[in-house]
Amino acid sequence: MSKTFEKLAPWLFVVVLFAVWEAACRLLAVPTVILPAPSVIFGAFQRFWGPIVSNSFVTLWTTMAGFGLSVAFGLFLGLVVGWSRAIYRGFYPVMIGFNSIPKVAVVPILVMWFGIGEVPAILTAFLISFFPIVVNVATGLATIEPEMEDVLRALGASKLDVMRKVGIPRSMPYFFGSLKVAITLAFVGTVVSETVAANSGIGFLMSQAGANFQMPLVFAGLIALAFEGIIMYAATAWLEQRMTGWAFRSQGSAAN
Amino acid sequence: MIKLDQVSLAYAGRTGPVLALDGTSLSVGTGEFAAVVGPSGCGKSTLMKLVTGLIKPTSGTVSVDGAQVSGPVKIAGMAFQNANLLPWRTVTDNILLPLEIVEPYRGQFRAKKDEYRARVENLLSIVGLQGFGDRFPWELSGGMQQRASLCRSLIHEPKLLMLDEPFAALDAFTREELWCVLRDVWQRLNFTVILVTHDLREAVFLADTIHVMSARPGRIIDTRKVDFARPRELDVCYEPAFTDLVHVLRNKIAEVRKA
Ligand SMILES: Nc1ncnc2c1ncn2[C@@H]1O[C@H](COP(=O)(O)OP(=O)(O)OP(=O)(O)O)[C@@H](O)[C@H]1O
Ligand SMILES: [Mg+2]
Repeated sequence: MSKTFEKLAPWLFVVVLFAVWEAACRLLAVPTVILPAPSVIFGAFQRFWGPIVSNSFVTLWTTMAGFGLSVAFGLFLGLVVGWSRAIYRGFYPVMIGFNSIPKVAVVPILVMWFGIGEVPAILTAFLISFFPIVVNVATGLATIEPEMEDVLRALGASKLDVMRKVGIPRSMPYFFGSLKVAITLAFVGTVVSETVAANSGIGFLMSQAGANFQMPLVFAGLIALAFEGIIMYAATAWLEQRMTGWAFRSQGSAAN
Repeated sequence: MIKLDQVSLAYAGRTGPVLALDGTSLSVGTGEFAAVVGPSGCGKSTLMKLVTGLIKPTSGTVSVDGAQVSGPVKIAGMAFQNANLLPWRTVTDNILLPLEIVEPYRGQFRAKKDEYRARVENLLSIVGLQGFGDRFPWELSGGMQQRASLCRSLIHEPKLLMLDEPFAALDAFTREELWCVLRDVWQRLNFTVILVTHDLREAVFLADTIHVMSARPGRIIDTRKVDFARPRELDVCYEPAFTDLVHVLRNKIAEVRKA
């Protein structure tokens, strides 16, 4: 009973939330321009199904493109930074400094360079999301147990051998763990950029609808975003489980 | 086989240089089982790193096999107090690791993998771990992990085995069992061993010679031959000559600790 309840609880919670929302809107007669009731939002979904789907698709692929770039670049930079302790120490403050710039502030610059459209969105997604990947991969490499390294070096292993046999496999749980964070950030980056400077994407759709006081459509966009965000997060979480099961299992699994 | 001549080593510590070893001289013959004992922090682990070429002496010379050591020696097997097995590899794959590094095994690794696996299985049965090859390290107890670690240090049949308190974290029974395992493997393959230990009985039971180190900065202050007949059985530990030697060593270390 409690197991099935635990599984159903999130769904139940969503249903209750929407029911309360609907009831509140009706009972208090909240104007649609302030807060549309779920039924009204659902109507907007039906009416604007075509544009919502096509714009969701744009947001999805720009996010994935930015995320892909940040995975490739983050992995590469993480390996470089984690390679030696000297690079790690020297580079870390620079990275922190870079990361503390609010990336949203960079969007206008990107628009100046690349014009309005998907490119600034992809680049914003990339800039905002590669940092956690770099830090995680580098940390995984830089924290190899010194004794393990001694064992291998006394066998004549090169630095590359140590990295291939120990460093890289060891940093994989850190890497896959950071993907969950990175995908969420990339999504934020894309939507922010779309809201400011794009002519497609859910962010653009929502800002247009807002300008026209089409509140139900704004909320429909919001729900589409939530849906996309959850899907992408779940996909990376699943990937993490699949790829680095040993890291979870090795940390005490008496229960299973 | 191993010769240290007036070796000193200073670490660049946070608050200035730390002199770990000062004028240490030591020699270990080929096939000899040497033990190093001394107070904590006297530089025993440092000595191990010098012999394997992982660090360079500040002054003096280290030579292994007649050649001066200027980089990692590439022939040594090592085992530490922590087993340090890789959690994403099975026990067998952990033990195979040295063969993926050391030539000539490395070049033939793919072709001869089955042969190497058989070798691992053989070693596992020697240390009493037969049938555990497909387990992951976290499925093993501490003592079993230590046995696997010992297998890993032996798989490439090293000419030199360096053991840094390998049995320190084990219970008394497992420890004595592994003494016998080590004794048997050593007698069969006849490599050179340097064993660092805090357990004086362990040193006397296993070693041919015991080197006693002073407190930091470490030097060898005494070298004792142990000439109980081989093969030694655990009973030897209860002979008066054995206990006497343990007492002598004990007093030596108590002395240098005070000084
Ligand atoms: N990387 C390092 N930097 C600075 N000082 C160090 C470093 N490694 C060791 N030392 C110092 O060198 C001395 C010898 O260290 P070492 O690890 O060789 O001792 P040990 O004899 O193995 O001790 P134990 O028996 O406790 O294992 C210690 O006093 C330690 O503080
Ligand atoms: Mg030590």
